[in-house]
Amino acid sequence: MAQATGIKEIIKPENLVYRKTKVMTDNILSYCPGCGHGTAHRILAEIIDEEGLQSETIGISPVGCSVLLYEFIDIDWQEAAHGRAPALATAIKRLLPDKFVFTYQGDGDLAAIGTAETIHTCNRGENILIIFINNGIYGMTGGQMAPTTLPGMKSSTSPYGRDVKLMGNPLKMTDIVATLPGTYYVTRQSVHTPVNVRKTKKAIRKAVHYQKLNKGTCFIEIVSNCPSGWKMTPVEANKWMEANMFPFYPLGDLKVPAEENAQKTTNSEKND
Amino acid sequence: MAKIRGSIVVEIDRCKGCEVCMVSCPTGTIAMAKEVNHKGYFYAYPAHPELCIGCANCAMVCPDGVITVYKTKI
Repeated sequence: MAQATGIKEIIKPENLVYRKTKVMTDNILSYCPGCGHGTAHRILAEIIDEEGLQSETIGISPVGCSVLLYEFIDIDWQEAAHGRAPALATAIKRLLPDKFVFTYQGDGDLAAIGTAETIHTCNRGENILIIFINNGIYGMTGGQMAPTTLPGMKSSTSPYGRDVKLMGNPLKMTDIVATLPGTYYVTRQSVHTPVNVRKTKKAIRKAVHYQKLNKGTCFIEIVSNCPSGWKMTPVEANKWMEANMFPFYPLGDLKVPAEENAQKTTNSEKND
Repeated sequence: MAKIRGSIVVEIDRCKGCEVCMVSCPTGTIAMAKEVNHKGYFYAYPAHPELCIGCANCAMVCPDGVITVYKTKI
C-alpha cells in the first residue's frame, strides 16, 4: 500500500522527465504498430521545439507512408509531387532564406522516383536538410521491391528474393550523396532502440545547427523497419533489421564537416 | 543512498501494442495487457511499477509517443 501511494506521489508535474512534445499534434499516427516513422517524427518535432523553430520551419512532406505528415507536426508544410520534395525545398529556401527548410522522404520517394532531384539538390549544395527513411521496401503500396531492397530480400514483387542479375543492385543513396561536394553533413542512423533514437536526435540537432551556417545540404538517412511489409512483428522486424540491414547499410557518419574533424583531432591530441 | 524512483503513464487508447517499449525496458517494468483498448490492440502498461527507474527508454522508442515519464529521488 505504501508503495502504491509512493507511485502516485511520483506522478507530479515537477517530476516530469519526458512527454510527447506539443509540436506533435494530438492526431493518431496513421502508421502500423512499431513503424519507425512515428519515432522519427517525434524526435524531429522535439528538435524543432527545443530549438524554438516552430514558426521558422517549413517542411516538405513526400508521397509515401508519411504523406500525411502535415497532420502530425504542427509547423508550416508543403506537399510535394512524388519525389520532387528537394526541388520544392530548393525554391522555398531560395525565396525565404531565413527559414529552416527540410524534406522528409521515404526510399520510394527519394531513391526511386526522386533520384535526380535528390542528387542534383545535394550537388548544388542547397541549404536544406533531407531526412531519408530507408526501410528497403515500398511500404505504402504493399511491400513491393524498392531500389534499396537488399539482395535476396523477399518482397511482394520479388517473392523468391531479389535476384541481382535480373533486378539490379541495391542503391546506397547516402553513400552517393556523401561523395558530392555540395553536401556538408551526411550520416546514417536508426531509431529502433533508445540508444539509436538518442543518437539520431543528436544528428538532427547537429544538422539544424549546420543549416544556420549556410554551408550546404545536410542528409540524414534513418534505416527503419516495415513490420507490415516484411511480414514480421515489430520486435522481430527490428532484430531482422539489425542482422540484415545494418551490415549492408552500416550506421555512422559518412561525411562530417572538415572543421569538426580538425577539432576532433586536436582534442584527441590533447588527450594523448 | 538516494534511491531513484520513476513512474510511467501510458495513454491506453493511443497505444498500438507494438511491444517495442517492453523489450527496451531495462528493468522489466512494462508488460502487455491481457485486454484490448478500443482499437483492439493489447496495450502496454506498467506491470511492475515498483521497478521503474524513470530512464525514459520506453518513451524514447515509442513510435506513437504515448508514454509520459516521471522521476524523483527518494
